[in-house]
Amino acid sequence: MGILEIIIITFVKILIIVTMMLLSVSYLVYFERKISAWTQNRVGPNRVGYAGLLQPFADVFKLLLKEDIVPDAANKPIHTLAPIMALVIAFGTYAVIPIGPAVELFGYNIQLVVADVNIGILYVLALTSIGVYAITFSGWSSGSKYSLLGGVRSSAQMISYEISMGFSVAGVLLFSESLRPLDIVASQSGWMWNAIVQPIGFITFVVSAFAETNRLPFDLPEAEPELVGGYHTEYSSMKFAAFFLAEYANMIIASALIVTLYLGGWQVPYIEMAGLSAGLTALIQVGAFFVKMGALLFFFIWVRWSLPRFRYDQLMSLGWKVMFPLSLVNLIWVAVLVMLFN
Amino acid sequence: MNLEIILFVIFSAIAVVSSVLMVTRRNAIMSALFLILNFGALSGLYLTLHAQFIAVVQVIVYAGAIMVLFLFVIMLLRPADDKGLLEEHPKMKWFAIGIGVFIFLQLAFVILFSSTVGSIVQAPNNIEIGTIQSIGKELYTKYLIPFEAAAFLLLAAAIGAIVLAKKKFN
Repeated sequence: MGILEIIIITFVKILIIVTMMLLSVSYLVYFERKISAWTQNRVGPNRVGYAGLLQPFADVFKLLLKEDIVPDAANKPIHTLAPIMALVIAFGTYAVIPIGPAVELFGYNIQLVVADVNIGILYVLALTSIGVYAITFSGWSSGSKYSLLGGVRSSAQMISYEISMGFSVAGVLLFSESLRPLDIVASQSGWMWNAIVQPIGFITFVVSAFAETNRLPFDLPEAEPELVGGYHTEYSSMKFAAFFLAEYANMIIASALIVTLYLGGWQVPYIEMAGLSAGLTALIQVGAFFVKMGALLFFFIWVRWSLPRFRYDQLMSLGWKVMFPLSLVNLIWVAVLVMLFN
Repeated sequence: MNLEIILFVIFSAIAVVSSVLMVTRRNAIMSALFLILNFGALSGLYLTLHAQFIAVVQVIVYAGAIMVLFLFVIMLLRPADDKGLLEEHPKMKWFAIGIGVFIFLQLAFVILFSSTVGSIVQAPNNIEIGTIQSIGKELYTKYLIPFEAAAFLLLAAAIGAIVLAKKKFN
């Protein structure tokens, strides 16, 4: 494969991923509203298009047409930079997540991942650690105390839960002996899913993922009754929409990561025994990835509309005194397993 | 010109410009922002030297963890604005200039008179050298004692920080 072909193929992959992300983010917002409506015995959006299916586009147009207000006390360059950073980081993370096995297309052998990096998981962790800045900067640059409080809370929360997240991931890495997402998926063949092998790590990772994405029950950074909306209080129009989109994009990334690390990625157990053609198998496997991801996203929304919010000190003590030791226990458990069966 | 040189020029240009901007900004937050950009460019430079692991760790540790702490200190403790600080202590300016000149001379001496002048240090061609596997192997065999010593020091520092931060012990 020449350099030109590699560039074109990568470009097409990026285009597909970004379009898919934008579409799924806007429909995730729609489903969030629909599921919340079912939970609360309401109808939900049903005016724009059939069953309200065009509602996301109406929302985006509404936000685009609104006036963009920047407060006087704001630091303007950083105020503008923060939402851009939030979106770029959220979308950039998706580059290393594989959505399917290698396929033969138009005579090329194509991996269904934008960048096959051998330190892919570290890349994800690096981007999440940078993601704190978007929120910190938006909170500080707005020049409002509610925003600042929201920003500070959020960064403290993200830093605390990043630790238990990192240690849970270390368990997965011990098992797969590689930081490459494709190897991690390959190490979970059959029913050897990490969620089954190391259930404690799975639980700590999922809880940390909830905290990292600022979702309820951990949505302290934007607790409406206390903070008016948190770090994005002073944002309006499309800048607000950028934060909104980034939050949902982060949810999608978190689900994709959980699927890749713990639920066997795109693998369907024992599908190779069914004797299907290579193309059909690949199609089923890509479908399986999206089904697993969809189920997790539904779980994210379901939890949001069922559980009340934590208090801030409860959140911190849960993170440091429960999640962190549990993830250490998981790491030891995996180390013992690897030592006994290798 | 191959890709490596182009990337080197881009990343080093970003690094130089951002470090100059970092020093010249009046606003401490802006300085911190440019320092983060500088760390990013530095990690790009590591990538051109095949040190992928170091590149990512540079982002995670420096840009992701240490700079967040810096930012918190700047934002929450809000140091008195530096213009007033200079007017109160006019001698500080001369102190700063003195340190600047000293470090500049030191660097100039190293660059002009050091023994490696003129020899171009070639980046290791072997792409395996910067992988996490080879670094891990080196760290746990050849450099085991320094590695463990560093871990021990860090543990002691962490315990010290907790003791200092906690006011009362029962």
